[in-house]
Amino acid sequence: MPHVKVNKFNLYFGNDHILKDIDVSIPDKQITVIIGPSGCGKTTLLKSFNRLIDLQDNVKTDGRILIDGEDVFSRNADLCSIRKKMGLLLQKPYPLPMSIYDNVAYGPRIHGLKKGGDLDGLVEHYLKEASLWDEVKGRLHAPAGNLSLGQQQRLCLARGLAVEPEIILADEPTSALDPLSTARIEKTFIKLKKSYTIIAVTHILRQAKRIADYVIFMYYGRVIEHGPASKVLENPEKDVTKEYVNGVIS
Amino acid sequence: MPLPSFIPFKGLSAGKFKNISARTLFLIAALFINFILLSIIIWLTVKSAPVWVEKSIPGLLLSQVWFPARGGFGMFSFIIGTVLSTLLAVILAAPPAILSAIYLHEYASKKIMTAGRTLIDLLAGIPSVVFGLWGIITVVPLVRNHIAPAFGINTTGYCLLSCGLVLSIMIVPVIMLMVIEVLDGIPNELRESSLALGATRWQTVKHVVMRMAYPGILSAVALGISRAIGETMAVLMVAGNVPAVPSSVFEPVYPLPALIANNYGEMLSIPLYDSALMFSALVLLAMVLVFNIGLHIFKKTARYGGQTS
Ligand SMILES: Nc1ncnc2c1ncn2[C@@H]1O[C@H](COP(=O)(O)OP(=O)(O)OP(=O)(O)O)[C@@H](O)[C@H]1O
Ligand SMILES: [Mg+2]
Repeated sequence: MPHVKVNKFNLYFGNDHILKDIDVSIPDKQITVIIGPSGCGKTTLLKSFNRLIDLQDNVKTDGRILIDGEDVFSRNADLCSIRKKMGLLLQKPYPLPMSIYDNVAYGPRIHGLKKGGDLDGLVEHYLKEASLWDEVKGRLHAPAGNLSLGQQQRLCLARGLAVEPEIILADEPTSALDPLSTARIEKTFIKLKKSYTIIAVTHILRQAKRIADYVIFMYYGRVIEHGPASKVLENPEKDVTKEYVNGVIS
Repeated sequence: MPLPSFIPFKGLSAGKFKNISARTLFLIAALFINFILLSIIIWLTVKSAPVWVEKSIPGLLLSQVWFPARGGFGMFSFIIGTVLSTLLAVILAAPPAILSAIYLHEYASKKIMTAGRTLIDLLAGIPSVVFGLWGIITVVPLVRNHIAPAFGINTTGYCLLSCGLVLSIMIVPVIMLMVIEVLDGIPNELRESSLALGATRWQTVKHVVMRMAYPGILSAVALGISRAIGETMAVLMVAGNVPAVPSSVFEPVYPLPALIANNYGEMLSIPLYDSALMFSALVLLAMVLVFNIGLHIFKKTARYGGQTS
């Protein structure tokens, strides 16, 4: 049974019906890419998974999003432990206002890991997982804001991995980055999918082709089509999907 | 594009001309503000010269003897009055102001936030004479009839405590508004990033928001202090205005602004009185300037967290 299952999920901002009857399962340990035109609800769906959507006003939902069989929108869901299961990458990297080391150690610390030797080991381990270690090992205690944007994004990845999530959520994680940094993030994703389920939103079709195992195409708040990448991107069933992947609509 | 004919310089394009004239204008404006400050300082220094030449500056600042008719112009009690009432006001005002600003911005719903903000805006706009009157009819009796008796003390209620209370109520909205502004400037994505790691609201506020907001909160408190130091009308109405160093919060104080406002224009023909009041204004101005410059230096040298960008 997959980690992540969306079940007849609807979301409203006030009276605006934003997400409509979303019904989709996300395959484990693969990269699932959500594509679709601007404003179709990709970010909203992504932020529903870890309930960051709660930060918005007047949000109403019905239906369910199941993570490991547990409905994240159920009344007695424990937000902190749900969010801990999912690392999050945003469109632009936002390192916390502290050192590189403390950014990675932030999660372990708030979840009650001890100080000292094993924290150093953790920080090193996750910086390596995010392919950043070699570039920062000499200046772990420098402010994270000093890093380049691409490095900052990988730091944010390391920071998210350090709370030992099962899932990585990424909202256009490379849209602020140069091609080289983009390639590094993509390579890191492909390396990480052995151990994590990755859900990424992207605007760039070529990126979807490079990294996606599974593709979800959204249009005006609905999932129009989903399936293995080769099928949805190369040989879509629906006409709108065809138009989108051929660049007729964007 | 043809040059407009009014341009007086040959070979200068309209764009360049505008650029130069704009720069000159800003420069003049900046110089003008400095010039005003400088001219106030010079003017006060010159006008107060008779008294500080005759009595010496340390003599004026450190003496407690205020007896204009016999040439006693000691400022010490007034300086202490200003310092104590400002300090008391800030100690009373800053913690609740900062905490409620954080509550409104970080915890409350949008509705409560908007309502709260409107209310604070209104409070911040109330003229100080209204606060003064309100102090006379509520704070002074409260102190006289309830707070002081609880400590077994007799007081008229016109005292340091009333002064500090009224001032603190006046500066709470000032501090709150600025703290809210500071919190507004912190990108939401930082909060999201912390929450997404499974942090609680409180952990996010404590480790991320406060760290980012710290310099701004300091400035907010400083603004409150500046406001309290110079506040005149409300202070004059509740402080009691007795030139002596108080030995408890239930004794009257006489802050510098109240001294000036109470006496200027009614100096009769007492020699040096006029000059002494000028000197007290100079002292007040110096206190504000020294405080602000000190704060500026502190903020330049202190390091906040690791954020550089
Ligand atoms: N806080 C909000 N209140 C009301 N409507 C909102 C809010 N946030 C987003 N929306 C609306 O919800 C819809 C979906 O927005 P969302 O950000 O999920 O789109 P998106 O697919 O991520 O777009 P993009 O590709 O431009 O990032 C949009 O029509 C947007 O205007
Ligand atoms: Mg988006």
